[in-house]
Amino acid sequence: MSFFNFLNRRTSAPVARERLQILLAHERGIVGGQPDLVATLREEILAVIAKHMAVERDNVQVKMDRGASVSTLEVDIEIPTPDSVVRPAA
Amino acid sequence: MAKVLVVTSGKGGVGKTTSTAALGAALAQCGQNVVVVDFDVGLRNLDLVMGAERRVVFDLINVVQGDAKLSQALIRDKRLDKLSLLPASQTRDKDNLTDEGIARVISELRERFDWIICDSPAGIERGATLAMRHADVAVVVTNPEVSSVRDSDRIIGLLDSKTEKAEKGERVEKHLLLTRYDPVRAERGEMLKKEDVLEILSIPLLGIIPESAEVVRASNVGAPVTLNNPNSAAGRAYLDAARRLNGDAVVTPEKRGLFSKLFTRRAA
Repeated sequence: MSFFNFLNRRTSAPVARERLQILLAHERGIVGGQPDLVATLREEILAVIAKHMAVERDNVQVKMDRGASVSTLEVDIEIPTPDSVVRPAA
Repeated sequence: MAKVLVVTSGKGGVGKTTSTAALGAALAQCGQNVVVVDFDVGLRNLDLVMGAERRVVFDLINVVQGDAKLSQALIRDKRLDKLSLLPASQTRDKDNLTDEGIARVISELRERFDWIICDSPAGIERGATLAMRHADVAVVVTNPEVSSVRDSDRIIGLLDSKTEKAEKGERVEKHLLLTRYDPVRAERGEMLKKEDVLEILSIPLLGIIPESAEVVRASNVGAPVTLNNPNSAAGRAYLDAARRLNGDAVVTPEKRGLFSKLFTRRAA
């Protein structure tokens, strides 16, 4: 436990960086006069996927990173594995 | 052509006033005609950091309201005759600053100086938006710390929307000044690295001011650090930053390890 704490304390900067990136992606949408772009995208992507397969709301992650010249939109959708889908009896 | 520069940050206590005094003195040391203007009405401190607190007679509000002429309110620095100070009022309310009055004072200052450096109050209220209103260039002072980075991001948004330039469809030139930086702690992962802050805020780097006792020592005695100890790490960093603002190419011979040599982003 104490060793784990020691490691954790040494690497707090990456945590700060990630928290800021997520927070600012959200705040820039609001302050920039745009309604929450990331949330809107998430809802619409979810609706399109849901037409074709069953996905859990919580398994769709949309993340946006703003860069100097290029911004990236990261969409991570977890789809159920065949095992968890009920198969027709053979 | 005169340039109006705003030193801003959103968050308080990150080093706006110290940086205004140091950059103002450094530009004057480079031969430029400079005036530093304190916009922090009611909480003025630029006079104290510059060592001119006992020489204040008239202030910005007196000039804005027409109670004093600009030449009566300007205080010329005793060490650098190319450097002047326009102090804020300590007793009056900031509501006395009118948009028209500020516009008039700034245009009068543009005729007399090469650089008009506006020291913004903290926050995003009227005082801060007035200080950035007429800016051509902005120096965003940021500490490598979450709350400061978040507030700087907010201020960058305001610079892109609430300034005269932004309203005309032009852009305020923005620069990042990273202050109170400790490269050893950043390398250990205890503090945000300059690369992290640059990536998050996406504006070019003007300079990195190391955490230093020299900065406090300089304000203790009422002298900008570039005058009090020009050869200290902080003094040199501010002088380099001022040269970059002036458009000179500055290459700093930094002591760097292999790691930072490989991953360092150059200042624009």
